Amino acid sequence: MEITGKSVFNGIAIGRLAIFKNGDNPVKREKITDCRAEIQRFMDAKEEAKIQLGALYEKALKEVGEVNATIFEVHQMMLDDLDYVESVTNIIQSQEVNAEYAVATTGDNFSAMFAAMDDDYMKARAADVKDISNRVITILQGNQMGGIQSEEPVILLANDLAPSETVQLDKSKVLSFVTRHGSTNSHTAILARTMNIPALIGIDYTEDVEGKLGIVDGYEGKLIIDPESSVLEQYRARKEADEEKKRLLMELRGKEDVTLDGKQIKLYANIGSVSDVATVLANGAGGIGLFRSEFLYLESSDYPTEEEQFTAYRKVAEMMAGKKVIIRTLDIGADKQVDYFGLDKEENPAMGYRAIRICLDRTDIFKTQLRALYRASYYGNIAIMFPMIISVDEVLKIKGIVAEVKKELDAEGLPYREVELGIMIETPAAVMMTEELAKEVDFFSVGTNDLTQYTLAIDRQNPKLDNIYDSHHPAIMKMLQMIVDNGHAGGCWVGICGELGADTTLTETFLRMGFDELSVSPSMVLSVREEIRKTDLSSQEK
Amino acid sequence: MRELKYVITDPMGIHARPAGELVKAAAGFPCNVTIEKDGRAVDAKRIMGVMSLGVKCGMEITLKTAGEQEDAAMDALSKFLKENL
Repeated sequence: MEITGKSVFNGIAIGRLAIFKNGDNPVKREKITDCRAEIQRFMDAKEEAKIQLGALYEKALKEVGEVNATIFEVHQMMLDDLDYVESVTNIIQSQEVNAEYAVATTGDNFSAMFAAMDDDYMKARAADVKDISNRVITILQGNQMGGIQSEEPVILLANDLAPSETVQLDKSKVLSFVTRHGSTNSHTAILARTMNIPALIGIDYTEDVEGKLGIVDGYEGKLIIDPESSVLEQYRARKEADEEKKRLLMELRGKEDVTLDGKQIKLYANIGSVSDVATVLANGAGGIGLFRSEFLYLESSDYPTEEEQFTAYRKVAEMMAGKKVIIRTLDIGADKQVDYFGLDKEENPAMGYRAIRICLDRTDIFKTQLRALYRASYYGNIAIMFPMIISVDEVLKIKGIVAEVKKELDAEGLPYREVELGIMIETPAAVMMTEELAKEVDFFSVGTNDLTQYTLAIDRQNPKLDNIYDSHHPAIMKMLQMIVDNGHAGGCWVGICGELGADTTLTETFLRMGFDELSVSPSMVLSVREEIRKTDLSSQEK
Repeated sequence: MRELKYVITDPMGIHARPAGELVKAAAGFPCNVTIEKDGRAVDAKRIMGVMSLGVKCGMEITLKTAGEQEDAAMDALSKFLKENL
């Protein structure tokens, strides 16, 4: 049997199918006689839950960064909340019922309270209360939280996976993710790309496939269940060829990014936190083409201080040891995590109060970041890039603030270096203004994700539009050529830091267009390098 | 009893993490600590209660400490508010 969906990451996986159980445990109301013992059972389970959450926090910290990990700390505090604990113990005592029932009832009551609030952030906390209650109940019942029971690695099937669920998974047991829902930009898709394993979405499997042998074909976007032996053989061979290719790629580490006819291009990597630097170095990228500084902002409960930022930027600059590190200033606003942090809800956040618009409005925040960046520049090769630019006027304002910052640092005797200033080209307005903008900055970096979304007027979070979201649209290709030409005419170097940069079917096109730099996710560096090294620009254009 | 009126300046309001920190700080004192918003008071030592107030940026809260070590508690908690919220 074959089910076709959509691939979100290439590759072949062969293994047993396992359906993800999200640990929804039915709870029975049972009469008990020894209330004190029942309360003790609850207390013990609560402590165990806190230990589990502590471990999850540590795990999440490594896998998804501090921003996403914080939720587990908050869960720990909620479990210790006196109102919560008293509610559970009261129900056990007054109704003489089992702890499972008392926890489930308390969880429902508290989550109803949050759900009724007129604040989206607080409404979302209702799910947290359910989540912690569910965890305690699972422990009381002696069960495992939803996850993978099999000893062998499996192809994991699920409706969809929440970030909190993926964090809990034992990744070494996942060969591939296959979900019914989700879009190419969902959390699961991002995780699959990070883990380098094939993943499919839109696969409407039936519940009886559990335990059967399956093949995930991430190239064709299909799931094959109970394959015939000839098909299985065919895929085994393809999988081996894939692995051979991976080995080859490893050999390309440390090789130059140069075409057969000698054209050099800079191949850099995109990162989202200080800890990503290790994978940048492991994959042999020539520098960091995009360091998303907003992760640093969302890590703390308040705007990070100049010292905190300085420490992080300096660390990355020092770890990269003289290689270029392009840090993008605060780009929050469109991301849903910002809603979570309580910014005003917007009807159309992608076009809303975000990125440089916030920075130029609240210059105190912007200045703190610029001071930290300039101070860190002394310790390495830092460049600064500004997001969401639509006009020359914005760039002039930025340069004015930069001049103030430098003057302050001079007055305080703090050392810094001259840094290259560049802008993201991710709005159609910026593309049309590249000729003028090029005179004001040192470099352009094209953010293809937003540029495609704005140019095609297609919301990239909407899975219904995935089929017409064409990142190779001729309008985008024309814009890219225009950006390079105008950039070069104005003395700028020009790069791409959006996902399109890693599309190896376009590598030759980018080289021919004249791009000077490509910045891709660390795991894509080697395959793009392979493509560059086998390209010959002197031959006839294909 | 000591009392302090304070307008929240943190753009995110009293969201989960600072609520947790505030609760931890309040729990360190033996006196009663309450936070009041629009006439509704909650025990500042309980995170669910503090979060249930749904305090956003620009809203005024009243912090009250009453009982043993009320002065020390007010000093510490008002400092926390000013520095974090």
